[in-house]
Amino acid sequence: MSQNTDALLILAGLAAGPLIGGFVTGLDRIVTARCQSRIGPPLLQPFYDVAKLLSKEPLVVNIWQVFCAYAYLAAASISLVLFGLRSDLLLILFIQAVGAVFLVVGAYSSGSPFSQVGAHRELLQMLCYEPLLILVTVGIYLQTGSFRVPRVFAGEKPLLFHLPLLFLALLCALTIKLRKSPFDLSTSHHAHQELVKGLLTDYSGPFLALVEIGHWYEVVLMLGLCSLFWATSWEGMVALVGISYFLEILIDNTCARLNWRWMLTSVLAFGLTLSLFNLVWLSMH
Amino acid sequence: MAVMFKKIFARARSKSPWLLHFDCGSCNGCDIEVLACLTPVYDVERFGIINVGNPMHADVLLVTGTVNPRNKRVLRNLYEQMPHPKAVVAVGSCGLTGGIFREAYNVVGGVNKVIPVDVYVPGCPARPEAIIDGVIFAMKKLGEVKPCRER
Repeated sequence: MSQNTDALLILAGLAAGPLIGGFVTGLDRIVTARCQSRIGPPLLQPFYDVAKLLSKEPLVVNIWQVFCAYAYLAAASISLVLFGLRSDLLLILFIQAVGAVFLVVGAYSSGSPFSQVGAHRELLQMLCYEPLLILVTVGIYLQTGSFRVPRVFAGEKPLLFHLPLLFLALLCALTIKLRKSPFDLSTSHHAHQELVKGLLTDYSGPFLALVEIGHWYEVVLMLGLCSLFWATSWEGMVALVGISYFLEILIDNTCARLNWRWMLTSVLAFGLTLSLFNLVWLSMH
Repeated sequence: MAVMFKKIFARARSKSPWLLHFDCGSCNGCDIEVLACLTPVYDVERFGIINVGNPMHADVLLVTGTVNPRNKRVLRNLYEQMPHPKAVVAVGSCGLTGGIFREAYNVVGGVNKVIPVDVYVPGCPARPEAIIDGVIFAMKKLGEVKPCRER
């Protein structure tokens, strides 16, 4: 019985990534277009894009890049499946980080200067968001007494009331992870062209599609992390995720892109200070 | 099953043409009209069109201006970097035939002297409506091409 439910959860996690991630991305593009007084693409546009990329001729710059695209997709999907199985948050974040590193290694394996600079910048972005994600899980541990997801659902009051500053730090990490302005330095989404496509310049055709699907898994994982902050009711989870994502889109459309020095100092100073205050406050209670 | 996938891929290709714009020595008249297509007035993203800067991501090559011996190889290089299936749209009188510059000593002629062109969009400069129409015509062509894996 429990094996059956586990298998179902794994399948649900595998399917939820591309499905929810694709629809969220489509919605993102429509809302962004409306912010710019345009009509925007159809809701299914991300699926059209990925299907088209899958059917294109595979052009391989370096065979390692193909391996890295598959490894990134595998790591991203495994981390979401583990999240669906309500596993250990630290384990989930470490697997997610492995995927992100493979993406960078893939970009480094091609000779294009755009890829190289994009990979440098992606490493700097990881330097910014990884500590924040770890601190968020540490906050969850201090509050619930465990790194495991079910303990979050066992709480009586939403985590947001105990970890409000850590939630702000998580939003910072989310902006970087969703590749939103002002932090879309390494590669950018929609029709933006930072460093041509930066990190993704030499991924093309089916391999770009794999990276895109991997990104959808990561988007769902990050939104899942956000939803943990209101785990007491389903309505609260959906509302919190909706509000956070809408905030991200607003920030994306109102901010200019920053350089990496500004990102490094501002995100680390702002995020680390907020997290530390919250952690100290938690340990005092 | 295979037929279904073929249909889905063909439909996806005609729904998501990513555009690479190359100015081959145009007077910038056509280029401004191409960029006007991206503005809220014309909003080409309605059709899934995205202006990309990377030939490896592009499906449609949009060329404006006359071709000369210096940028001939650049044009060919960009075309060859694009993965199949791909389409080329020549925009403006100069891109079609060389326009009023066709007799000049440094002009090779239209884009079709260097790479195969699928759609010709006339005008000096071409209207944004005409350019969007041309790209959509190219999209339909892309939808008909068999995926490279089956060739």
